[in-house]
Amino acid sequence: MLLLIPLFPLAGFVVNACLGRRLTKSISGGLACAAMIASFIVSVLLVLRVLGHDAAPLEFTAFEWMASGALHVPFELRLDHLSAVMILVVTGIGSLIHIYSTGYMHDESDSEYARYFSYLNLFASFMLVLVLGANFPVMFVGWEGVGLCSYLLIGFWFRKQSAADAGKKAFIVNRVGDFGFVLGMLLIFATFGTLDFQKVAAAADSRAIEHGAIGVITAATLLLFLGATGKSAQIPLYVWLPDAMEGPTPVSALIHAATMVTAGVYMIGRNAVLFSHAPITLAIVAAIGVATALMAGTIGLVQNDIKRVLAYSTVSQLGYMFLAMGVGAFAAGIFHLYTHAFFKALLFLGSGAVIHALAGEQDLRNMGGLKKFLPVTYWTFLIGALAIAGVPLLSGFFSKDEILFKTFTSANPYRLVLWGIGMVTSLLTATYMFRLVFLAFHGERRIAAHGSAHPEEEEPVAQTGHGHAAVAHHDSHGHGHAHAPHDAPPSMAIPLIVLAIGSVVAGYVGVPHALGGSNRIERFLEPSFEVTEARGRLEAGGTQGPETAGVVRPAAVQESHSSNAAESTHDNTSTELMLMALSSGVAVAGIGLAFYFWLRNRAAVEAITARFHGAYTVLLHKYYVDELYDAAIVQPIKLLSTGGLWKGADAGLIDGAVNGVGQTVRATSGVLRRAQTGSVRTYAASLFLGVVLILGWYLLKTFRT
Amino acid sequence: MVPLTVNHYLALSGVLFAIGTAGVFLRRNLITVLLSIEIMLNAVNLTFVAVGRYRGSVDGQIITFFVMTVAAAEAAIGLALIIALFRHRETLSPDAFTSLKW
Repeated sequence: MLLLIPLFPLAGFVVNACLGRRLTKSISGGLACAAMIASFIVSVLLVLRVLGHDAAPLEFTAFEWMASGALHVPFELRLDHLSAVMILVVTGIGSLIHIYSTGYMHDESDSEYARYFSYLNLFASFMLVLVLGANFPVMFVGWEGVGLCSYLLIGFWFRKQSAADAGKKAFIVNRVGDFGFVLGMLLIFATFGTLDFQKVAAAADSRAIEHGAIGVITAATLLLFLGATGKSAQIPLYVWLPDAMEGPTPVSALIHAATMVTAGVYMIGRNAVLFSHAPITLAIVAAIGVATALMAGTIGLVQNDIKRVLAYSTVSQLGYMFLAMGVGAFAAGIFHLYTHAFFKALLFLGSGAVIHALAGEQDLRNMGGLKKFLPVTYWTFLIGALAIAGVPLLSGFFSKDEILFKTFTSANPYRLVLWGIGMVTSLLTATYMFRLVFLAFHGERRIAAHGSAHPEEEEPVAQTGHGHAAVAHHDSHGHGHAHAPHDAPPSMAIPLIVLAIGSVVAGYVGVPHALGGSNRIERFLEPSFEVTEARGRLEAGGTQGPETAGVVRPAAVQESHSSNAAESTHDNTSTELMLMALSSGVAVAGIGLAFYFWLRNRAAVEAITARFHGAYTVLLHKYYVDELYDAAIVQPIKLLSTGGLWKGADAGLIDGAVNGVGQTVRATSGVLRRAQTGSVRTYAASLFLGVVLILGWYLLKTFRT
Repeated sequence: MVPLTVNHYLALSGVLFAIGTAGVFLRRNLITVLLSIEIMLNAVNLTFVAVGRYRGSVDGQIITFFVMTVAAAEAAIGLALIIALFRHRETLSPDAFTSLKW
């Protein structure tokens, strides 16, 4: 049964890929959605089976994959509480996005439509393999597969150069991360002799925690984290995500908001025991997480493309998740992953509805006043924005607050700095998100001719190849005012509404103790972050049956749990309440700032931009990181490849050797052919000479002996 | 007068053979080359007969029959070749036939 979860979308992929051209849109789209919904239903059924706190995880081995000497890797899927959360997110939100896509992509031709859905299904299949994998190699299959599908989907409109480039960039940057992942995986195998998650956790637990020293576990986890930075767009490998907005908006929602980019966070959560034994790595994870969050937040503040703001917002929120993982609050990170999936998907789909209504327009400077034309979109978008800003009682509030609280009370020596940066980023989040809302939906519709005014500040705004017609125009010459923009059709509106409801209520599984809740999600996820006795060991132990998997708390997690449990009765409640009040205040302040600058007093924005022109330009150009990477890495590689390897090694050495052999033969034969004089007398003479020599040698030989 | 031993005959054969070889290389008329070849063959015949007499058997003279037969056949073919060659180039000089030159 477990295999059905990734198998349904895979089947959808096969059908759409092979027969797509001949199927009508309703059939190919319907098939893809049906596959996802079927997967969701099976996921729900199976999750119900593993719901109990001590229920054993469901396992399924499809086949023996690698059995070679000490290496034994079965293709095994395992469903425990952590992967339960993930599969529900992937299949649930995935289904909604599939349904949304049937509306959004309707203008494409039949074969393109089918191709889109085949890729989308393939992606879902790989993502499910990733989260259900019971060992590193299976997870890596999914890991690579989602990277591939990301490339395919970002470059979906591949005839557009920028889209094709963005796809390549995503794949290549991801690959750098994957390199780290593979090395980490190999190191783990070399150290522990196994690649199964549970066994690795058990083996790691028997080792000492590597305080202040870079041991094997630290090295391996750092390498794994490098993979996570690639997949989840953290410093230094986040540069692909903003460019990935070239893909269709539902793709951005699914892959670059709700699922693929969370794979890194999931991976750390899955290896919680391992990471807990490497405090240095965790410190680095937290630092990079919060630095990325801040950096992306500042960049998002000045971007003019609606999707790019959301992209940087995603990078920023992922930073929060890594911050949580880095301070040991694994459950909080996954909780934020789960709520973030709802509201970020909602925000992206909402922006897709806006783009769809405006026939391809994505520049915020050309929007405005859409509130009256797109009511459903506006209200759902607003809910999403409130959620991400962390306004109390919505889901984002609970999860973000949990992270900030856990950071504040963590054992990290820099926890106040981390918390402070987290709070600043919260302010930025609220501000840029509501900047987006006010610029897009409020006020009056603007259609500005930006091409002439500030050419040096033009940040290239993507035009979605929404159909292929929109590619031709640049933004300014108002093709929006031909007819009033229409709100989203039902196929798009219903997912928006469902996600909006989710953004509100999804947080209630994690109501913290301070507010009278019992933080159910933390308790739910607890067993996944601890060492579970592997079945084999149980059988050797004897008495326990397979139903009761023993749960052994590893030393590190035990410390924080017991201290949390002890403290939660004392001042933690008041601390938590105080922090909650602070972050709510920050959220409201951010909204207020946005309200003042972008609703009341737009001229002030222009004034500040003009006064801090240098800083503004740096932010607009994303701190010139892309240019830096280009100069430091891409150009040298190109030079090395062209000059060194192509012209030098290939053309020079190898071709030279092969051609050189030919030249040598030619030269030698040029000398040797002069023996052919054509003169019969010379030939006769040489014959005679030969005879004389041979006979003479024989004669001499005879006469000497 | 010195009595004639087999060595004298062998010496004569050698000289004849050398003359024939020189003729093959140095003459500029194909027919004369052919003639020189005949001289070489006759020198060989002389050698065989002389050694046969020296050893007191008739074997040498029998081999001579073979050699003479071969010489005759070869002369016939050689002359036929020369006639064909002459028809091709209108000359009998061996230096005229250089088609195999590089």
